[in-house]
Amino acid sequence: MMTETPTNEEAKMSATLYERIGGEPAVNAAVELFYRKVLNDHRINRFFGNSDMDKQIAKQKAFFTMAFGGPNNYTGQDMRNAHAHLVEMGLDDSHFDAVMEHLGATLVELNVPADLIAEAAAIAESTRNDVLGK
Amino acid sequence: MANLTIEEKTYSCQPDETVLDALLRGNVNISYACKKGNCHSCMVRSLNGAPPENTQVGLKSTLKAHHHFLACLCLPEQDMTLKLPDQSEFYTEGTVVVNDMLNRNTLLLIIAFKDAFEFNAGQFVNLQRPDGLTRSYSIANTPQESNTLEFHIRRLPGGKFSEWLHDGIKAGDTIAVSEPRGHCFYLPERREQGLLLVGTGTGLAPLAGILTDALAHGHTGPIYLFHGSREAEDLYRIDELRQLAAQHPNFHYMPCLSGPHVPEGFTAGRANDVALATLGDLKGWRIFLCGHPDMVNQTKIAAFLKGASSTDIYADAFLSTPV
Repeated sequence: MMTETPTNEEAKMSATLYERIGGEPAVNAAVELFYRKVLNDHRINRFFGNSDMDKQIAKQKAFFTMAFGGPNNYTGQDMRNAHAHLVEMGLDDSHFDAVMEHLGATLVELNVPADLIAEAAAIAESTRNDVLGK
Repeated sequence: MANLTIEEKTYSCQPDETVLDALLRGNVNISYACKKGNCHSCMVRSLNGAPPENTQVGLKSTLKAHHHFLACLCLPEQDMTLKLPDQSEFYTEGTVVVNDMLNRNTLLLIIAFKDAFEFNAGQFVNLQRPDGLTRSYSIANTPQESNTLEFHIRRLPGGKFSEWLHDGIKAGDTIAVSEPRGHCFYLPERREQGLLLVGTGTGLAPLAGILTDALAHGHTGPIYLFHGSREAEDLYRIDELRQLAAQHPNFHYMPCLSGPHVPEGFTAGRANDVALATLGDLKGWRIFLCGHPDMVNQTKIAAFLKGASSTDIYADAFLSTPV
């Protein structure tokens, strides 16, 4: 899961969270675990659709890339637009909390160090108001 | 600088410019969203050799094998000839050589071509009637020396195209056939992997091709085929498949009936339910699903929850287009 330990402290500091967490392979591993948790969670699985699973997986991949501070072009407005129909379905803080719970559990399962999990969780948390249309 | 060719037109790609940016600069109508390789919206296909490896990250193996890649990640290493997903199709004339019934409502149609028709078993083509009406059908055989394609055509009540194929054509007639499409096919890699094939009705067609291909490549892992319909009269190739299972110890065939009458030798229940109940953990399995879109979507998720990786689940849900 993790990339090789950087040889010196400087390299460690300059690498982005995305790189330190393990880049694209890490995202792929996380998405599979995370999406299984979400689909099994009756509190929130209705928001993750019975539609095309491949499209859902691509969306979750974008989410994790963003949470890891990786390359993405999403703006707050994009987040609002993408989730507006879910807000109409009743998406609220409790559901957002459940997703945060699964995000954390997924990263723990993948042995990501606690400080990196905290960084990823903070990035995901920063989207709360946009996702919930507040 | 590399040249990018799409049909008759050529676009120049500047150093450090991606294929996507070069095409957008040339006003090519190509879909895209994230420009970072995540969303897969800008997937195109190289027609002149393999694209750079880093442009195929995260794509299914079968898409990689056919040189699909993400235009937003590609800094071309050489001139490229490209195909966009919605580019107009090239049709070839074929001749009908067999039209027989497989069961009470399913036609076996075999079309022969003068030249080799390249495809992977499990892909589909569009068939076109002289007036332009077009429908997609899965190819049911593997590439043959005789250059023939086999199709299983179910008669849909009021279905213009299937009624035309059932009633309006005969051996010797010609029919227009598109290039093969779709990425639901077998690749001869990881031969020890378990293969799960679930199909309803004429969803057997692509699965039959995939099965033949896997056995011909000496696939060593267990192969399970669940073919379902409501009544036994709507299944077909039952004896052939039973014989195949007797010849290949790693191949298991279970015909499933969801209706009330289940004769000996058949399993009661929907094919997808029976499959999931018969097999436990699907971690590491490769899965092919063909048939009714609801069955396909539900089973995709169920198989994923039983441990199959999303990149190992292949499906071509065929929509029966209403009249």
